[in-house]
Amino acid sequence: MLEYYKDLLIELTKKDIKIRYKNSYLGYLWSLANPLFLALIFYFVFKIVTKIQMPNYTLFLISGLFIWQWINNSIMIGSNLYISNASLIKKVNFPRYFLAISLVLSEGFNFIISIPVILGFMFYYGFYPSLNWLYLVPILLIISGIFIYSLTLLIATINLFFRDMERIIGLLLTFLFYLTPIIYPITMVPEKYKILLYFDPFAPLVLTWQNLFLHNKLEINYFIISIVYSMIFLIFSQSIYNKLKYKFAELV
Amino acid sequence: MIRVKFENVTKYYTLLNTGGIKNFILHFFNHIKTIKDNKFLALDNISFEIKDKDVVGIVGKNGAGKSTTLGLIANVLSPTKGKVTIKGKIAPLLELGAGFHPDLSGRENIILNGILLGMTKKEILKKLDSIIEFSELQDFIDQPIRIYSSGMMSRLGFSVAVHSNPDILLIDEVLSVGDAKFQEKSKNKIYEFKQKGKTIIFVSHDINIVRELCDKIIVINQHKILYQGDVEKGIKIYENL
Repeated sequence: MLEYYKDLLIELTKKDIKIRYKNSYLGYLWSLANPLFLALIFYFVFKIVTKIQMPNYTLFLISGLFIWQWINNSIMIGSNLYISNASLIKKVNFPRYFLAISLVLSEGFNFIISIPVILGFMFYYGFYPSLNWLYLVPILLIISGIFIYSLTLLIATINLFFRDMERIIGLLLTFLFYLTPIIYPITMVPEKYKILLYFDPFAPLVLTWQNLFLHNKLEINYFIISIVYSMIFLIFSQSIYNKLKYKFAELV
Repeated sequence: MIRVKFENVTKYYTLLNTGGIKNFILHFFNHIKTIKDNKFLALDNISFEIKDKDVVGIVGKNGAGKSTTLGLIANVLSPTKGKVTIKGKIAPLLELGAGFHPDLSGRENIILNGILLGMTKKEILKKLDSIIEFSELQDFIDQPIRIYSSGMMSRLGFSVAVHSNPDILLIDEVLSVGDAKFQEKSKNKIYEFKQKGKTIIFVSHDINIVRELCDKIIVINQHKILYQGDVEKGIKIYENL
């Protein structure tokens, strides 16, 4: 049985990775191109036009945009996950949450292949990774994976019952993108507004990655909050999913 | 051995989202109540048994509850009332869109589809040649299946499903798509299944196929079982509906 679940997971993930850019010429380069192009836009707007006071602004942008792409793509595609697999869900009885796991893994694969690009930028700006990456990167990957999976599963499930969710999530993600310190450093946020950041569940995770890329260190507070958030979301979304999974085939 | 057992099964569907946002806000509590009351009856207190070696045809008009019955057997739906007991491994025949991806090759789709039907990758690879051979799609097997015709697709689906070694094979209308030669082949495969003591459940409007293959019939009308048993009698009742 364990072998079966392993195969199911690998094949579903492989499928997601294979078909994403199957018919495009640039293929997988697109998953790198998107965040890089965004970085270029923000660089122009904030560094050249509004002259933000921050050293190594480009590297800072890069360090946050790729992890954001993992979060954003998983949740956006996830909101439609079960609806787009309707005919499968109506016919075959397999653990439905595997679709969410494989989506998050295939998007995580994008993030992993973007790490060399981030490293390239680091070298260019004279930054070098330290040895602690060897264990910090895998740990952070796992926590990010659990966190993103929980939210993806939650949104995918709710969207079956409440189709407006898809639209709400689109807006909410845009809002949270600007609330999360990705295009401005957290140090620029006025003290009285910093409280807002605590309502943004993505902020601790993104800040943890940024600190690793820019300072080679683990910001322990953000790290622990990220773990707490991912555990709470995991338990919450898995229990909602377990309650509602019997209804999936009726609603897609 | 009893493979499928329905005991007093009733199935309601709840209809969500009626009336839109205006209704939702202005009549919030009423609306919640209507959601709860807004049920749709699909099956009404149905009981039947299907044994091994049975080839059963389920017939009925559109909307009578055939697909709901199949969904309950496949365990993708759960009954509102009553009990459904299934013994053995089930394989539904999948059409395009279900487990097939148009951009993947025939070979890749066999693996994906086989896994979704409950095989491990090892088992699939062992049977891969025989699956391809049975589907007679050797020349196209490494092409993306979006270039396949619907008949070719259903051949692939049938081939994977019968090779997944199920105890219960669920066939929903798809068999009629293949050409005459392949239909003959599928029928033989179904006879072979029957010989091995497997169960085949068939939902079809094609009376001729039901007459030819099935040895038991269930006629569903208006969400209830109108008749079960002898095929010829059942077909007469169905035709007079």
